[in-house]
Amino acid sequence: MGAAQATDITGAGSSFVYPVLSKWSATYAESTGNKLNYQSVGSGAGIAQIKEGTIDFGASDAPMSGEDLTKFGLGQFPVVVGGIVPIVNLQGVAAGQLKLDGKVLADIYLGKIARWSDPAIAALNPGVKIPDVKVTVVHRSDGSGTSFNFTNYLSKVSPEWASKVKFGTAVEWPAGVGGKGNEGVSQYVRQIPGSIGYVEYAYAKKNSIAYTQLQNATGAYVQPTAETFAAAAATADWKSAKDFNVIMTNAPGANAWPITATTWVIMYKKAKNASHTKVAFDFFKWSLEKGQSQAASLDYVALPDTLVKQIEAYWGSDFK
Amino acid sequence: MHASASTAVPSAERTAEAARNAKDTRDDRIFGWVLKGCALIVLLALVGAAGSTLWLGSDAFRTFGFGFLTSATWDPSNDQYGALVPVMGTVGTAFIALLFAVPVSFGIALFLTEIAPQWLRGPVSSAIELLAGIPSIIYGMWGLFIFAPFVAEHIKPWLMNNFSADPPDGKVSFLVQHVPGIGKFFSSEYPFFGAGVFTAGLVLAVMIIPFISSVMREVFQTVPTRLKESAYALGSSTWEVVWDIVVPYTRTAVIGGIFLGLGRALGETMAVAFVLGNTFKFSLSFLETGSSIASTIANQFGEAQGLQRSALMALAFLLFVVTFIVLLIARLMLRRLKTREGK
Repeated sequence: MGAAQATDITGAGSSFVYPVLSKWSATYAESTGNKLNYQSVGSGAGIAQIKEGTIDFGASDAPMSGEDLTKFGLGQFPVVVGGIVPIVNLQGVAAGQLKLDGKVLADIYLGKIARWSDPAIAALNPGVKIPDVKVTVVHRSDGSGTSFNFTNYLSKVSPEWASKVKFGTAVEWPAGVGGKGNEGVSQYVRQIPGSIGYVEYAYAKKNSIAYTQLQNATGAYVQPTAETFAAAAATADWKSAKDFNVIMTNAPGANAWPITATTWVIMYKKAKNASHTKVAFDFFKWSLEKGQSQAASLDYVALPDTLVKQIEAYWGSDFK
Repeated sequence: MHASASTAVPSAERTAEAARNAKDTRDDRIFGWVLKGCALIVLLALVGAAGSTLWLGSDAFRTFGFGFLTSATWDPSNDQYGALVPVMGTVGTAFIALLFAVPVSFGIALFLTEIAPQWLRGPVSSAIELLAGIPSIIYGMWGLFIFAPFVAEHIKPWLMNNFSADPPDGKVSFLVQHVPGIGKFFSSEYPFFGAGVFTAGLVLAVMIIPFISSVMREVFQTVPTRLKESAYALGSSTWEVVWDIVVPYTRTAVIGGIFLGLGRALGETMAVAFVLGNTFKFSLSFLETGSSIASTIANQFGEAQGLQRSALMALAFLLFVVTFIVLLIARLMLRRLKTREGK
């Protein structure tokens, strides 16, 4: 296809997926000439814009409900996987050293565990010398998919969290202070001794902030790595879900990282603009099949092959 | 009389003059209308913006009623919203900003107009104008990475040790023991964390100093030299000239300049979002974290839907109301000052 026939497609939504989408689109444009114009405006805004039909696809860190999809004639599928990790500022505690389980993490964020010397933390960490300082909780102040998945995880592991705080892109945090964006959270955590926050894994890794291990659904303690994120993506229950409406947190795999997240791309099942939609599908097909190495270089994890096949089957059956 | 006067003027000339007069009147009228239109655009824009935020926020106002103003809850997952904390944060940060910015700006402006040697005026003035040109996100990042840690290390512990009922060093100061209630305004759950209302206020102060000081400098320059020279001739000191001649002569314009700065302080978004701590807990303390109307909207608007979006719009409308009330108070103060002068 020559540059003369190039079609520019537009998308908007999740900021979580923005780095990998822009990398993919740059490489894709080199070979096809088709450019992608993606506005990283937030998942909520992405959903709003695709509902209005002003863009070719929306991207959201939270899946749309089946009801809403039917109402607007939309379909959705995951494109890439990433991890969310708790980060801590504890003198003498190195990255990946501290172990936490879901209940303790939830109690910390509920404000029930107020000091790091709490017996519940000590019980999980025999042999780790944890300074006896006050716990300061740091959360995101802006509405975000990262918060959505983090609070979703806490809701799954703590009944008290599920009934009191629930989950969402923004919630009423029972404790702590709010930093704006990943950089705000990590900066607050660096500044406050004894603080705990949560950020995207890529962010923690790039800035070498001490992250923790987490106990997953099978009881095993896992480190946040590409393998454990992939394990979560592979073991999440995609098959029985309609329109891939699965939130991957607390996935059942033995080696799965419990706070693994994905971003869904949302498109019209009946194309509004046939030529644009065709290019968009071609772009996502190329990304899902060939885009893994670029995703990996940005610390995202590509979808497992079985899931990619499932998505392509879904395109064939549900989209016209 | 009329008839004879008109016959004295040749008729061609007369009609030409009449036509000219008519044209002048018409042109004046059109010009008047154009000017009126320009002025009305401002009013229309303001009413339109306030009206549309009220319209889009009506859902939230209907759902929560008057409680929207008095509730300190902000709970998106249970769809419960109240504006108390953001409104207090907005007013509190702006108040602190003015507290620091007004005296400093006053000093800068006086220095530049009355005292500074000619060669220094240019560079200092340009520096102030540069300060005004820096985008707010830069102030926010400076606040987050440099200023907030500085406050946490050097200023906040000192303030808490001296004024808080719960000081980090454990020794309640003499002042706090003898002045009831003062501890409330200087307490903090996080003594070693810099972000909060106080820090945000200081960052805002730096941001509004250029606005206020350049207006002050401009108006101080309008004071007629002969007034000042007369006062000097009568043996006044520089301070007396400033306080008794320059300030009374320019009072209205000076207050106008302060309000230009206050307007920016009330509405500032990004800088505040980075250094305010963004919590929705009710507190009277200046050292506690909080949130402001503008930062709340900036933080949550992208992801908000339904009632949450409406509540954010309602907050936006409240910002209009808060600004309006503050301006109204200023006008009243100004009027009282004038009547007192009259006596």
